[in-house]
Amino acid sequence: MLELNSIHARYGAITALRGVSINVSQGELVALLGLNGAGKSTTLGCIAGVLKPWQGDILFDGASIAGKSPEQIARLGISLVPEGRDIFSSLTVDENLRLGGYILKEKAEYHRNLDEIFELFPVLKERFQQPGGTLSGGEQQQLAIARALMSSPRLLMLDEPSLGLAPALVDQIFELIDRLHQRGVTILLVEQNVDRSLEIVDRAYLMNTGRIESQGTPQQLRTHADIEGIYMGVKGQSGK
Amino acid sequence: MINLEFIINTISLGSLYAMLALGLVIIYGILRLVNFAYGELIMVGGYTLYLLASFSPLPWLFIALLAVLVAMFTSLFTELVAFRPVREKSLTAMLVTSFAVSTLLQNGALLIISPRARAVVLPQIFQTSVMIAGTSVPWRNILTILTSLVMLVLLTLLLRHTVLGIALRAAADNFTMTRMLGVPANTVISAAFAISGIMAGLVSIFWISRSATVTPALGAPPLLVAFVATVIGGMRSLTGAVVGGFVYAIVISLLGVLLPPGLLEFREAFMFVFVIIILLFRPQGLISSKTSVERVG
Repeated sequence: MLELNSIHARYGAITALRGVSINVSQGELVALLGLNGAGKSTTLGCIAGVLKPWQGDILFDGASIAGKSPEQIARLGISLVPEGRDIFSSLTVDENLRLGGYILKEKAEYHRNLDEIFELFPVLKERFQQPGGTLSGGEQQQLAIARALMSSPRLLMLDEPSLGLAPALVDQIFELIDRLHQRGVTILLVEQNVDRSLEIVDRAYLMNTGRIESQGTPQQLRTHADIEGIYMGVKGQSGK
Repeated sequence: MINLEFIINTISLGSLYAMLALGLVIIYGILRLVNFAYGELIMVGGYTLYLLASFSPLPWLFIALLAVLVAMFTSLFTELVAFRPVREKSLTAMLVTSFAVSTLLQNGALLIISPRARAVVLPQIFQTSVMIAGTSVPWRNILTILTSLVMLVLLTLLLRHTVLGIALRAAADNFTMTRMLGVPANTVISAAFAISGIMAGLVSIFWISRSATVTPALGAPPLLVAFVATVIGGMRSLTGAVVGGFVYAIVISLLGVLLPPGLLEFREAFMFVFVIIILLFRPQGLISSKTSVERVG
């Protein structure tokens, strides 16, 4: 469904990605793991059209989307929940979700999605008319994911959804990702929390300094020699 | 000195300045661009009034409507041909472009019409007054207040209750995120320029009703007022623009009454001293846009 072929990207003089190739199939839950600065978020930014890769190609359903605008890519069914959530804090929960469903053509689909959202995130129903900025961190993360789901995305990309959340909320978020996966949503997950990610994903890629270091199923990765360095590093960091 | 007449005149001036500031801030909120060509949109509206009132048999209300439309389309046109091509480059490029557009429009008026002031034929209603509680109030001032009230209501309805309006507010909050939800950047920006142009067109009617003349340099004073009002109120908030417009009007009117005659010609200088004092204490303006802070939990 999604295929990145040797993507290079840079911010000014700094090269952030040096030939990243990954693929995600329909219905899969795939994780992109690695330390800070490994290029995980940059990879998502390239897919979402926020950053233009200067080399390599990105294929979605076999057609190139590299260099398309963020709005064009969103309309193709790719939805990104960015790191830091980026909910609209001055807009109400209702308004955030309405924009989430901006690309939907039928009102019926909007209401169907909204019902589903309320079922997944009951708290958003309670907070429906409250400004997004008044929500707690965990609620904001739920709103950010809910807003992405409103567009009935074919590919959902989550950037560090557990970052900055209390341990109990981290559990909730991983359960939610697992549940979305069970429902058939295709997900590309970026995480620093390697342990928890490997518990729920089908496959994962390990990134380091702009490159894919290794890849495979959780079992393969756990026994892989290369993982130790990155894995331990990550473990050491998350232990802080 | 501070009587009913003074109060109504100040509210009228505040309404005019609020519309002025709104037109500037709606673009700044989304593009972070101070559109220095904004004043020229008012000038274009003014010349439309002049030309149609002098050389066409159209009724005045229709002429006024056309002036607003011409200002709106000029605004949209400048966005399309001048700002859009440099939008991805840098904010500095946009800023320089806005100076270029401003200069081009001014020189256009100089070349096509005349460097000299032209008298605009105004309808009777702008020269008559009505008695309210024993005070003579110019119709012009009442119309200014009513127009800005209608515009504020319409703008609020648009921003609160339409998807386009919600997208405009979201874009002012986080433009990239708004685009990632599938909202086209061009739609949002065109809408902002259209609203800005409508405001400029409306302002041109009431601005000119005060002086009854148009010149190619007409746009500079209103641009300065709009800029100062938005700095007072807060560059990133529409409420701030309205507040800033009214604060500007109140202070400048009070200065006009309170200053001794010898100092009256320095009224603007005192105004800027006031602005500096405000900025010392509230550098972000009176109304800051980030109304809410994330709750911990």
